[in-house]
Amino acid sequence: MGGIREDVHLVDYRKGVDMVPSRDGYGHGLLWLCEHDDRVVVCDADLAKSTRTIWVRDKFPEKFVDFGIAEQDMLAEAGGMSRTGLVPFVTTYGVFVAGRAWDQIRTSICYGELNVKIGGAHGGISVGPDGPTHQSLEEIPLMRVLPGMTLVVPTDAIEAKKATIWAASHEGPVYLRFGREGVPVITTEETPFTVGRAEVYRDGGDVAIIGCGPLVYEALVAADKLEKEGVDARVINCHTVKPLDVDTLLTAAKECGAIVTAEEAQVYGGLGGAVAEVISQHHPVPMRIVGIEDVFGESGSPRELLDRYGMNSDNIVSKVKEVIEMKK
Amino acid sequence: MVEIKELEETSRKIRRDIMVMLAEAGSGHSGGSLSAVEVLVSLYWNILKHDPEKPDWEERDWFVLSKGHACPVLYAVLAAGGYFPRKALWTLRKLDSILQGHPHRLKTPGVEFSTGSLGQGLSLAAGAAMGLKRQGMPNSVFVLTGDGEQNEGAIWEAGMTAAHYRLDNLCAICDRNYLMIDGNTEEVMGLDSLPDKWRAFNWQVFEIDGHDLGQMTYAYQRFLLEKKRPTMIIANTIKGKGVSFMENLADWHGATPKKGEQVQQALADLGFTAPWEEYKKHDFDWVG
Ligand SMILES: Cc1ncc(C[n+]2csc(CCOP(=O)(O)OP(=O)(O)O)c2C)c(N)n1
Ligand SMILES: [Mg+2]
Repeated sequence: MGGIREDVHLVDYRKGVDMVPSRDGYGHGLLWLCEHDDRVVVCDADLAKSTRTIWVRDKFPEKFVDFGIAEQDMLAEAGGMSRTGLVPFVTTYGVFVAGRAWDQIRTSICYGELNVKIGGAHGGISVGPDGPTHQSLEEIPLMRVLPGMTLVVPTDAIEAKKATIWAASHEGPVYLRFGREGVPVITTEETPFTVGRAEVYRDGGDVAIIGCGPLVYEALVAADKLEKEGVDARVINCHTVKPLDVDTLLTAAKECGAIVTAEEAQVYGGLGGAVAEVISQHHPVPMRIVGIEDVFGESGSPRELLDRYGMNSDNIVSKVKEVIEMKK
Repeated sequence: MVEIKELEETSRKIRRDIMVMLAEAGSGHSGGSLSAVEVLVSLYWNILKHDPEKPDWEERDWFVLSKGHACPVLYAVLAAGGYFPRKALWTLRKLDSILQGHPHRLKTPGVEFSTGSLGQGLSLAAGAAMGLKRQGMPNSVFVLTGDGEQNEGAIWEAGMTAAHYRLDNLCAICDRNYLMIDGNTEEVMGLDSLPDKWRAFNWQVFEIDGHDLGQMTYAYQRFLLEKKRPTMIIANTIKGKGVSFMENLADWHGATPKKGEQVQQALADLGFTAPWEEYKKHDFDWVG
């Protein structure tokens, strides 16, 4: 039987976890960068408080630029600034950046290879009562299809801070996806984090559960439930959806022979789609995708919505049972 | 035409329902809902041709809430008008409610378009106005934008289109409360002189007191007489109007009064004295 790997230094989540929104990690990462990197400018579109860029506005007002409610302008202006040597971090909700300003991101920034970093907050259905207009469920596919883009979906606030700081050191466009709700902090400062590398958190040989964002925690809980039923699940944090860690995924396919992916997003074109592209072409094994099944969400509390739309540990468990059945 | 005195009383009750609704919901937008009360009350009670029994009535005038986050004011108005039972108001933002956190045309009778992503409603309304005009229909289309919302480039694209195609059946209102989320509009992203900008875009422009029901009604009537241009009513308002501790404060944009003492205080400011939960049990006209 496998189990949690010692060398990943996770929090002992079975004893309880702190709940912190990953957007806080973004804010802390930005503050660190403002102290250590002269090139960084933080751009906002009238959402300073809820995206945490207000922390920069308060402490480093000279590094903060507000574009008002004008996301398309903000993205292209950031592109312009990047050509002068600055490293802009543009920030708003996922819907308004990945959706509204997609063409600016595609043609000006990605095609032009401009060094712009994008903080996309309020990703996922757990945005809650604001409803579908604000629940960003499509940015993973929207960003993943762009050549030259790096896309990271941090699992918790600690990882979000690491990803934010990493982004400044990378030359080229980066999209970082954050959530609104407090989610379990499962990683520590010591937990390995390398962009482009999927991290195996739990060893196991019957099935591989590959998650990103807060669903990595649900995957760990699912693995504990499965262990009681004699199923040995590997759990992988695939925080970098692009570029994908093909080696780790193929190894998992070969050694486990079945895969379930889990993300807080549409089931089409996201992490599940990315993994399926690799698996189906190089080592086909039974596979299932946990996510939102091609519908918009609705208003409600985060927990209610995650349960209703099928993104909790029990949903992962039942998909695992399906692929294990298919292996036989 | 309904008497101004009566409309003032209606406005007071609409504000009451907004506060109770938001306290019950525990999240949502207070400031921009309270600032737009007279804009909607003068429109729905004095101007708009509509039938709550038949939301899709062909001869109706249209209303589009481009600043979708302010939907509590629209929901309160629609409930008072009879589009759906009053008790739905107390389910705002909850699972399975017909009242989503931002307006959704497929869930709420009387909502023409799904909005909440700012800067799209003016184009939607102009498109509806164009469609009606092309088919020889006499209906008017009204649309309410925020002032911060007018930062969006698409607002000015629609501004050009509506003037170019002489959409004299389109009346936009800008809720000019001088606040957005990050602070004062002129500090975050200066808009003034907003009236001059719209005049330069070849719109008919009125700049009036957006809490004065008489002035609002007058501006709407002038719009109905206009035969060449689209109309922009710049309604000068106070964000959080009527609730002393919310007025003119950006922090009340996306905050709600707490159940209990705080919402009771808000109701007291509006002149209502019954325990706040009582208003959920009675009809619109009951004042306690
Ligand atoms: C495209 C888009 N960007 C950002 C937001 C987030 N947002 C919601 S309300 C708001 C401020 C709106 O200010 P204003 O238009 O002045 O409205 P009001 O003061 O009337 O509430 C912002 C930035 C949004 N809903 N849509
Ligand atoms: Mg405003």
